[in-house]
Amino acid sequence: MTIKKRERFLENLASNLGRPRVQKVERPQYSVSPQQNVYRGYSMDDLMDVLEKQCKAIHTDFINTDTTNLGKILLDTIEGYNGNAIITANDPRFQKYGIEDLFDSLRQDGKEVHVWNSEKGKDNQVFAESADVGITFSDITLAESGTVTLFNDKNNGRSISLLPKTYIALIPKETIVPRMTQAAQIIQKAYKEGHAVPSCISFITGPSNSADIEMNLIVGVHGPIKVTYIAF
Amino acid sequence: MSVKIGNAPFHNRVQDGIENDFMRKAVSSAQGRFRSGRRNAAEELGDWEDWRTLGEEIRSHTLENIDFYLEKLSDAVSNRGGNVYFAQTAEEANQYIQDIVKRKEAKKIVKSKSMVTEEIGLNAALEEVGGEVVETDLGEWILQLDEDPPSHIVTPALHKDKGQIRETFSKKKGYEKTDDPEELALFAREQLREDFLSADVGITGCNFAVAESGAITLVTNEGNARLATALPDTQISVMGMERLVPTWEDLEVMVSLLTRAAVGQKLTSYVTSLTGTRLEGEVDGPEEFHLVILDNGRSKILGTEFQAALHCIRCAACINVCPVYRHVGGHAYGSIYPGPIGAVLTPLLDGYDDHKELPYASSLCAACTEACPVKIPLHEMLIRHRQIIVERENKAPKMEKLMMKGYAKWASSPAAYKLSTKVAKPGLKPWTEEETISNGPGPLKGWTNARDFPAPSKQSFRSWYKSRRKREESE
Repeated sequence: MTIKKRERFLENLASNLGRPRVQKVERPQYSVSPQQNVYRGYSMDDLMDVLEKQCKAIHTDFINTDTTNLGKILLDTIEGYNGNAIITANDPRFQKYGIEDLFDSLRQDGKEVHVWNSEKGKDNQVFAESADVGITFSDITLAESGTVTLFNDKNNGRSISLLPKTYIALIPKETIVPRMTQAAQIIQKAYKEGHAVPSCISFITGPSNSADIEMNLIVGVHGPIKVTYIAF
Repeated sequence: MSVKIGNAPFHNRVQDGIENDFMRKAVSSAQGRFRSGRRNAAEELGDWEDWRTLGEEIRSHTLENIDFYLEKLSDAVSNRGGNVYFAQTAEEANQYIQDIVKRKEAKKIVKSKSMVTEEIGLNAALEEVGGEVVETDLGEWILQLDEDPPSHIVTPALHKDKGQIRETFSKKKGYEKTDDPEELALFAREQLREDFLSADVGITGCNFAVAESGAITLVTNEGNARLATALPDTQISVMGMERLVPTWEDLEVMVSLLTRAAVGQKLTSYVTSLTGTRLEGEVDGPEEFHLVILDNGRSKILGTEFQAALHCIRCAACINVCPVYRHVGGHAYGSIYPGPIGAVLTPLLDGYDDHKELPYASSLCAACTEACPVKIPLHEMLIRHRQIIVERENKAPKMEKLMMKGYAKWASSPAAYKLSTKVAKPGLKPWTEEETISNGPGPLKGWTNARDFPAPSKQSFRSWYKSRRKREESE
């Protein structure tokens, strides 16, 4: 696509820096790297504890379970959110963990479960807008900040974790890493290996909030009002 | 339009701030909370100084090679289907964006919070071409409804209380409920949802762009920036030219510093990294994407002793520790960038003429420098500004120049000095009560408005010293 008025702009910058334009720059070795030391040597269980504790700070319900009980816990959570209209990503992991059966039984109970379908275009957004619950898997989970990372694509629309009133993130234990440092490394590595970076990477840390009125914390503004993480 | 807001003289703005009791209370409590949040977040890391060092090194490397990284960024964005426009001035940026809006025949434009679009006065430009612009950040929406400029770069409506906000909502939008913040926010959610769903264009700022891959990263809490980029078919992001990092690994360090320094959060609710247009088969995201990279006076700062001011990541940590901001509030600065960084940056972007007082709006206590997550030597830059204002720009106030001349004459004449120490005590007698002056005359008034001034001593130091020596000699 187009790039306009670049040369004049960049020439001016170089000239103000008192040198000609540079053609090649090596990223330097910085003198310190504190980001590498956070939770170094922590086991998976240690990181799970960090994550659980952080969820309290970000007003997020956290449930630690296993694959056997995942379906039941998810069902309870959906019911807790009065979930009559549910939207999910089109993700093979739902089948892998037996959750598709759960969705079928919900449908039989008269609930609406909409699986993101790229062929249906904007209808997906319309459904998401009036949905009670959005459900996705976390692709990378950051223990330190209590963050789920979503690689949004045509099967995992950005709206699912954004438009419904509540949001449930399913966190496979193996996706848990210490912090954003590791997520950045994974993304950078994929980029270097020639994979296209997703058009949207969402780092989501609990429900939306604001402190814009007299510095009072308001949980639930434009994005979901309540959030639950289920780790298994 | 520029960074400048309002035409009231500096002293009037300061007076307005000082007399605004609610604002001062709000600011001081906000400062307390922001500051302890930042401190806790920093302490938890344990090696905050290393983080600051790393932040400074990344920023300084990026700025030293900014032409190279901007070239890379624009190539990467273009490769992913985006259009890039390099705007030298605010007018060029506005013109380009106006053209898009006209071509798209866009009626409704939703915006997420962005200081840079405030800087260029984009809203007014869009309204000129018939677009309805809706600010969707809660604080910005309140200000837009009330036609008021922001007073803080992170919580822009800090100077308003919930009663005023309720009043605004009811007058402008027919709101009928209470002044409970949760209820007010819920009302905003409902009202703005309609706008998001019907908007033709979404406009955002940019916290950091990743040069290598072309990702535009937005750091937010409310979710409005996600909505503004997921739903409309056209997205325009405007970035100050310095808001970029080389790679993803640099990005995550800067984001970690930003969220901690700004609000004491480990990460905000949403950190959203957007690359180009939506891909084939995707429903959410724009089909047309424009990135506007803005100079607007920034390049003049490159290569000067003030270059590090461009390292700023707009976290407001300096504002949250500043004792002067605490008392006068954001509007007193007359710039959309208030506080210490505003006092450094505003004269650089917009010249000394309208902003020569700002470098003096500081006690030089250096709390700002210490708070800055990328180690910008803010108070040193303020001193340097003062030097330039007096020596190079010759813009010291006339009164001050006159007084300095007078002082030089007086202080170099022993007779004049002696006479003044003698007459000070009797001269101030009418205002003196029990050895203190609580309502002094002339220039003393500025001091005694806030606190007492001790009456001059009966005996001058020189006469005391003389008599003591006499006593010693006679002993």
